[in-house]
Amino acid sequence: MNLIHRVGAVNRLNEETFLMTIDSPEIAAAGRPGQFVNIRCGGPDAYLRRPISICRIDRERGTFDIGVQIRGKGTEALSRMRPMEPIDIMGPLGNGFSLKPEDRRIAVVGGGIGVFPLLQLLIEHPASEKLALLGFRSRDQVVLEQDFQMACDELLIATDDGSYGTAGFVTSLLEKKLGEKTFDRVFICGPTPMMKRAAAILLERNVPCEVSLEQRMGCGIGACLVCACKTRAGDDWDYAHVCKDGPVFSGEAVIFD
Amino acid sequence: MMEKKTDMSVNIAGLKLKNPVIAASGTFGFGREYSALFDLSRLGGIAVKGLTLEPRKGNPPPRIAETPSGILNSVGLQNPGVHAFIRDEIPFLRRYDTAIIANASGNTVEEYEEMVRILSDADVDAIELNLSCPNVKEGCMAFGSTAAGITQVVSRVKPFCKKPLIVKLTPNVTDICELALAAEAAGADAVSLINTLLGMAIDVKTRRPILGNIMGGLSGPAVKPVALRMVYQVSKVVKIPVIGMGGISNGTDVVEFLLAGASAVMIGTAGFVNPYAWVEAINGLEQYMLENNCRSVAELTGGLIV
Repeated sequence: MNLIHRVGAVNRLNEETFLMTIDSPEIAAAGRPGQFVNIRCGGPDAYLRRPISICRIDRERGTFDIGVQIRGKGTEALSRMRPMEPIDIMGPLGNGFSLKPEDRRIAVVGGGIGVFPLLQLLIEHPASEKLALLGFRSRDQVVLEQDFQMACDELLIATDDGSYGTAGFVTSLLEKKLGEKTFDRVFICGPTPMMKRAAAILLERNVPCEVSLEQRMGCGIGACLVCACKTRAGDDWDYAHVCKDGPVFSGEAVIFD
Repeated sequence: MMEKKTDMSVNIAGLKLKNPVIAASGTFGFGREYSALFDLSRLGGIAVKGLTLEPRKGNPPPRIAETPSGILNSVGLQNPGVHAFIRDEIPFLRRYDTAIIANASGNTVEEYEEMVRILSDADVDAIELNLSCPNVKEGCMAFGSTAAGITQVVSRVKPFCKKPLIVKLTPNVTDICELALAAEAAGADAVSLINTLLGMAIDVKTRRPILGNIMGGLSGPAVKPVALRMVYQVSKVVKIPVIGMGGISNGTDVVEFLLAGASAVMIGTAGFVNPYAWVEAINGLEQYMLENNCRSVAELTGGLIV
């Protein structure tokens, strides 16, 4: 695996998030929606790699985008990288969303920075009808609105404080939409309480769904077993691992504690 | 091209390794994941994920926290059990020309004996007794943190052990030399050190520990000076070979541990950051040996000038 790639561009989306384009024909060719890359941000204060989902892929140009929230020293260092700088990336890693031709009507439910991996899914999914429901804390947190608009048939936005779109949680939008129509599959990514609620709403109505989980990771390839998540195993439960078994799991499989 | 005159091989109490670099237990699974990245036959050996008699689910997440130049982990010995290892993993590992070191834990002295009996009849090259995992309530460190506990377990298993027996020691004690001497006296063929240093990390935003299990084991470059010191001290007092580990990331680090007294080394955490750390460390050691006219690894072991 070639680890050294090149930064293409870094664009601020708002105060705490940015979009980075990376030149990498290998990852662009192999990457699938929902997969992630594991990035070495550098310095003794950011020892581990940072797992970040692929947001968008341009296979013709051989580039892909990641959306990053500045949360600590690693992502802060990453935000200061400049075009043409070499960047150490392992990827693409993990299992992405399923793109089934028989799923004609799909919806994505995203919350905050959880919206990023859903963009490439919408772009690539063969469904004939695509709905995007995105939730943010407030107006200034809304990201990639136009990009999502172009990738789906209908985009609805909710903000917690009502400063943009519908006031309230994105899960309320989901419930409302489910009153009007049903979907062959729904794809969810966001904060754990939101994913738990959205998955419960969908499973109650027998709508298949997939969730993209996040957990603190070590190796990123399934060897160190640190990124555990609770999943159903027959009548019992077990710990699966987000990096290798996920990050995308079927909604029924995950046990949200 | 320069003719290679170095001999990288080592013999640890009958355990023959093509080079002294071993993948450390708990960081390398059973090798499957890394086999997609490099040829496992490059490695001197693989110490597999810590095994127990029955499968274990491990500790609740989060199981890892980043610390300055290192990590804390609290995996808690998640593993499929020794029988699944023998059935499913040994045949895979045997496709590669590398030594298999089975890392074994138990909750009780009886379980350690049972593990050693089972693994002695399995196709492994050595057994590493884990008497030092800080992340499980029973067994392990409970035995491994006193000389009496080590004597009890090692003397119990030794008569049934048909493979080179390595005892892995914890650094979470007043005097690790006492533990090493106890292991040697009870029949250990080698000791490996150090396991992780017990530590913790706190998130001030939530006022909660970062790890689900509250405490975990510290590893990575942060622990290297401590590990190096302990390898130096232990190798001065025991006659059996010492396998050094703790924060090794490259060939230079390997040479440091050899000079301090190690006969072989284990590398783990560095691989999370650089998946080629093991291979690069082997190449780096070879280059050092060529440049310094070392004909064998044994020439370096304990070669510290003081």
